[in-house]
Amino acid sequence: MSLSVHIKRKLGNFTLRIDLEYEGGILGILGASGCGKSMTLKSIAGIEKPDEGRIVLNGRVLFDSEKRINLKPQERNVGYLFQNYALFPNMTAEKNILCGLSREKDRTARQKKLEDVIEAMEIQKFRKKYPHQLSGGQQQRVALARMLVSGPELLLLDEPFSALDAYLREQLQTQVRHILQKFGKDVILVSHNRDEVYYLCCDVAVMDNGKLLKLARTKKLFADPGSRAAAILTGCKNIAGARKAGEYEVDVPEWGICLKTAQPVRDDLCAVGLRAHYFNPKSRENLFPVVYLARREEPFEVRMMFRYAGQQEGTPDLWWRIPKDRRPQQMPKMLGIAPQNVLLLYPE
Amino acid sequence: MDWYPLWNSVRIAAASCVIVFFAGIAAAYYVAKLPRVLKGLLDVIFTLPMVLPPTVCGYFLLILLGPRRPLGMFLARYGIQFAMTWYGGIAASAVVAFPLMYRTARGAFESFDLSLAYSGQTLGLSNTYIFWRIRMPACRQGILAGVVLAFARALGEYGATSMLIGYVPGRTATISTTVYQLWRTNDEAGAFRWVMVNLVISAVILLTVNMLESKNRKAGGT
Repeated sequence: MSLSVHIKRKLGNFTLRIDLEYEGGILGILGASGCGKSMTLKSIAGIEKPDEGRIVLNGRVLFDSEKRINLKPQERNVGYLFQNYALFPNMTAEKNILCGLSREKDRTARQKKLEDVIEAMEIQKFRKKYPHQLSGGQQQRVALARMLVSGPELLLLDEPFSALDAYLREQLQTQVRHILQKFGKDVILVSHNRDEVYYLCCDVAVMDNGKLLKLARTKKLFADPGSRAAAILTGCKNIAGARKAGEYEVDVPEWGICLKTAQPVRDDLCAVGLRAHYFNPKSRENLFPVVYLARREEPFEVRMMFRYAGQQEGTPDLWWRIPKDRRPQQMPKMLGIAPQNVLLLYPE
Repeated sequence: MDWYPLWNSVRIAAASCVIVFFAGIAAAYYVAKLPRVLKGLLDVIFTLPMVLPPTVCGYFLLILLGPRRPLGMFLARYGIQFAMTWYGGIAASAVVAFPLMYRTARGAFESFDLSLAYSGQTLGLSNTYIFWRIRMPACRQGILAGVVLAFARALGEYGATSMLIGYVPGRTATISTTVYQLWRTNDEAGAFRWVMVNLVISAVILLTVNMLESKNRKAGGT
């Protein structure tokens, strides 16, 4: 697959600017709510019209503002899974799936495809039921089946798990991952949930304020987010402004410390990030005195709020997350962090 | 007793109800898509018959369709005359009942979850299919309510009807014009009979609506 999206669209108080080239696989777009993720998907599907730009899928021009091309959603051959699954309430699961087969004109072929997908997705038990009689997970399966039978070249999943509670969400993520592997389709998944993206996607692009920041392999992006927005979205809790102090050294005035790094520091460094999990009292480097302020207990972890001894007034507290079974008897007076765990953040 | 007014009222109400059904839905559907200024303007025009006295609607209809007006003369060439004919009542009732259908249908369409229509489009369903098989069923409660309101309003229409088609026994007489005529001519018993007929019809309509609603609820329709 090849997808090329270069679009602009004015949206209330900011402008959506998307420049994306994608080869195929499962791409996650990670962004806070209201940053324009859904609008991006809707523009690709043809539900929303960008102000200007060009969208090309597998050599087919779907949208080109200069040449005045704007294919209808019906002609784009792109599947869209809505957050609420958008099953037609007046039709049974089976009828809903048949709606995805409207392009198939041959009766027997249509019936065959229907039976195949019902079997592959294990819908037999509730094929005659109406959407409101189905659980969230069953609804999602029907919606996926309905989309998959229509034979799309690209699947767009818009926050597919946000309508579910936490327990079901994890089960369904496993299920969806399995289905996506089975059908081998190219996917763009939009989400604000980093766990979901980390688990399901091979590549991630971070989106902030209507702009697509960086596309990278998922693991690489989480290991080295590279910008403040990406660090926040990948779950980094402790971020402060910083400047280069040496080849492998950064000065963090807000925290009143100087950190050693494993990577060479570029001149345009603007901030550093320390993940809450990576603090280590036994570390030999970047060891600084701390003051503990509060403790928040969670089922399996403890979150300690602390400040560096020389930290500036009015700056936010830092977090240290410790698994409960590894919590020390006495809280250490010094906390360190390995140089390779100091995230170097640059302007976007 | 001459039952002609009942028959005439019902056929006028039924015919105008059919017209108003399609016109109201089309107006509601297209007005919702218009830019805001035009939308506000058309909304006022379409709702006006609801707030104007029906006699004023009748006045406008006479100006438009009267036998000595351009449109009336043009239609007369084809043997169509709205003034003083029974089917003129359809025009009068339709105009007065239209806003009820238009407004309830618009309310129903506005609460319709657009993601249903969008997902239908990405699945390759035609817009016509999506409209009749997905949007309309999803909005059927509101649309049904609009139809009933419009029918009831058309059945009870007096002002515009009497302006446009008057009262000719056996030709243009409807239930409401008959009640007035009988009362005016001191036939209190006759007026009472027609009042009772009217009460029975209204009660039947309301009962039907209630039954339909509870049936929908049992079927689990949303």
